[in-house]
Amino acid sequence: MRGLTTKKMKVTIDNIPVEVEDGTTILQAARKIGGKVVPPAMCYYSKLKGSGGKCRTCLVKVSQGSAKDPRPMPKLVASCSTPVQDGMVVQNLTSPEVVEARKGIVEFLLLNHPLDCPVCDQAGECDLQDLSFGYGMEETATEDDRREFPMTDIGENIKLHMNRCILCYRCVYAADQLTDKRLHGVLYRGDVSEIGTFIRNAVTNEFSGNMIDVCPVGALTDKTFRFKSRVWFLKPMNAHRECARCAGKTVAWMFGNEIYRVTGRKDQFGEVEEFICNECRFEKKDAGDWVIEGPRHISRQSVISANHYEEMTEPSVIDPIAGKMEKDE
Amino acid sequence: MGGKILLASIDIPGIREFGVYRASGGYAAVEQALRGMTPAQVGNEVTKSGLRGRGGAGFPTGLKWSFLDRKSDKPRYLVCNADESEPGTFKDRYLMHHLPHLLIEGLIISSYALGVKTCYIYIRGEFKYLVGILETAIREANKNGFLGERILGTDFSLNIYVHPGAGAYICGEETALLESLEGKRGNPRIKPPFPAFKGLYGCPTVVNNVETLATVAPIIRMGGEAYAKIGRGKSTGTKLISACGNINNPGVYEIEMGLPVEDFIYAPEYCGGIANDKYLKAVIPGGSSVPILPADLMLNTARGEKRLMTYESLADGEFATGTMLGSGGFIVFDEDACIVRNTWNLAHFYRHESCGQCSPCREGTGWMERVLYRIEHGAGKMSDIDLLVRVAKNIEGNTICPLGDAAAWPVASAIRHFRREFEYHVKHPEVVKNTSHGALNYEVESMIPDSGTGVNYW
Ligand SMILES: Cc1cc2nc3c(=O)[nH]c(=O)nc-3n(C[C@H](O)[C@H](O)[C@H](O)COP(=O)(O)O)c2cc1C
Ligand code: SF4
Ligand code: SF4
Ligand code: FES
Repeated sequence: MRGLTTKKMKVTIDNIPVEVEDGTTILQAARKIGGKVVPPAMCYYSKLKGSGGKCRTCLVKVSQGSAKDPRPMPKLVASCSTPVQDGMVVQNLTSPEVVEARKGIVEFLLLNHPLDCPVCDQAGECDLQDLSFGYGMEETATEDDRREFPMTDIGENIKLHMNRCILCYRCVYAADQLTDKRLHGVLYRGDVSEIGTFIRNAVTNEFSGNMIDVCPVGALTDKTFRFKSRVWFLKPMNAHRECARCAGKTVAWMFGNEIYRVTGRKDQFGEVEEFICNECRFEKKDAGDWVIEGPRHISRQSVISANHYEEMTEPSVIDPIAGKMEKDE
Repeated sequence: MGGKILLASIDIPGIREFGVYRASGGYAAVEQALRGMTPAQVGNEVTKSGLRGRGGAGFPTGLKWSFLDRKSDKPRYLVCNADESEPGTFKDRYLMHHLPHLLIEGLIISSYALGVKTCYIYIRGEFKYLVGILETAIREANKNGFLGERILGTDFSLNIYVHPGAGAYICGEETALLESLEGKRGNPRIKPPFPAFKGLYGCPTVVNNVETLATVAPIIRMGGEAYAKIGRGKSTGTKLISACGNINNPGVYEIEMGLPVEDFIYAPEYCGGIANDKYLKAVIPGGSSVPILPADLMLNTARGEKRLMTYESLADGEFATGTMLGSGGFIVFDEDACIVRNTWNLAHFYRHESCGQCSPCREGTGWMERVLYRIEHGAGKMSDIDLLVRVAKNIEGNTICPLGDAAAWPVASAIRHFRREFEYHVKHPEVVKNTSHGALNYEVESMIPDSGTGVNYW
């Protein structure tokens, strides 16, 4: 980037103007504005190359393509993988079409999801739970059986609960990009595709644990933590230690003086700030291992901060426009 | 109807061999192009011919070629899409089987126009028997100086490779095809970038259908303008139509664009009318992905004009009362055909073929299949019909690649035009459960084990 020479693009999202660099996606531009104009993203992950485009929750309407070519785009587009143009006008929550389509997407994502939140470790910090809370329909229409897979292990420390997977491919990209060789991919196709675990015991890589953090649902969970506690009973504390492998900056989830689990630090969009190594995540569970900095502010407006478990299992009709999805500043 | 262009020499004995093909005027177009025309001039003729992609979307070929990134210093590729897997479509197979050298000739001229040195034929895995035929043709062309280094003594060199797929319909989608060709899982890519800029191995690439590329040879032979005079309006030239279903003469026909649909169905030189003296009920005219139309709308448009075999006429009335020419897979149903059963069958196909990458298609295709299975097997509810419409609508336009639309359209159109048949199924479960569908001793349920849950039916 050469400072002054970089061309700025003017974009308007839900009537809010913003200026961004050339090459920025609509989603990133919306994140620059923040608040409720940010479309939900279940598969895109800014730190994983090639991610995005798959879940379709981030669909938005482009009502004006650019200043030069003001025609609207014929279809809704995935904001995570569509670059902005100068003069582009985007509608997210101000478009009834987008809200309607997104409801449909949420319905698809929940169609085969076991809705086993009461026994899921991810409950309270699950992007899918947040999403259905914000956009969900009053009832799920399906009366069919949901697909079922046996539970499997991905290596020693990670449990794969394929029933809950939404096939966002984030863990696949993480395995591809963070670890030195691709250790698992997607097998089969269509609605029977699954995360492959044929190399089930091979995931010994030092960064494999990050697959848990990038997973938006409870499909990949930490075996060293599973069922120990509900996340909302724990206090998330920023912690750090000297680590030879990673930056050693983590969140220690504590009950009293005990560390129940260690995760990466997530930003307001649910993405980890820095990936952490397996030693920090799985092995350092003693308070003495860490310098505890202090309590971490839970920045995401989600069921975890709503702290009302009963309410979530029964998605209530909350007008998304009224701001259920709003992120705290 | 006007002469044949693509299939003109198909009846010559031994036409599959280089010598016979050459003696009947084959490869003259290669000589003409390489010796007497610049690549730009060849591209120009194709543009003038008005040729449109025969793979389904009907995109103008000259225009597609003009998008190819010629500024990049990377190698360029031409990929011939021979994955032909759309139910009802079997024209490319026919062409490659009988006239392999026509395709090779088209590939050489197209590669010359595009500045391509390496060309791949990505062929459907099930067409194994064609791989040998094509490779023999390539070897023969090579031996006779039409392939390899410095073709016909010019500076132009080209190699063609045949690459069989592994049996996935989705690998016919051009970007999934490129992934597969690169040795990866055949998931469609997110566009942009388009193959013209970042295609095979990240290099500028053109992907065209078999029939499209084969047609380039006669276009050069006769000239773009002469080709454009054949056909009707923006639907120039001839088109291969593979006709199947309840007709007297199923097979592959080369028709001049503009032929009335009625003539195509009833004329003795084409489909020869409906088999067993039955009535025409409905047609899917362009391969399984395009909307089905009932007989009256198939023969005449909603405005009362004769429906013609052209891109425009078939699409007249848009989806409310029209359909698409698609890839030319013409599927005919007689009065006894069960539309619900057929729709379920197609839904099953799309469910099975979805790559599963994006949620509306992955989940929606399975959902529609389950609901259609219920209705067809006498366990449906009235509300299921509207549910199908809603699910189809939620898929349509919201997916990464057009397979989502292709799965939604047949369902939406079947309900649009045959709603009463769906209602009948719901109202008369006993009748539909015990209908034999003409297949002797054929148990209805045995077609797909475990369709209810959708797991492990491979
Ligand atoms: C699911 C799907 C399957 C397709 N299968 C084929 C195919 O088998 N053969 C083909 O030529 N085009 C197929 N296409 C269209 C290709 O993506 C592409 O548009 C075509 O090869 C371009 O060639 P054309 O411009 O010559 O028509 C398919 C598209 C989709 C979405
Ligand atoms: S396991 Fe989690 S991260 Fe991996 S594809 Fe499934 S939902 Fe995404
Ligand atoms: S629409 Fe279907 S086939 Fe196409 S990318 Fe999405 S899931 Fe795959
Ligand atoms: S976040 Fe854009 S499609 Fe998933």
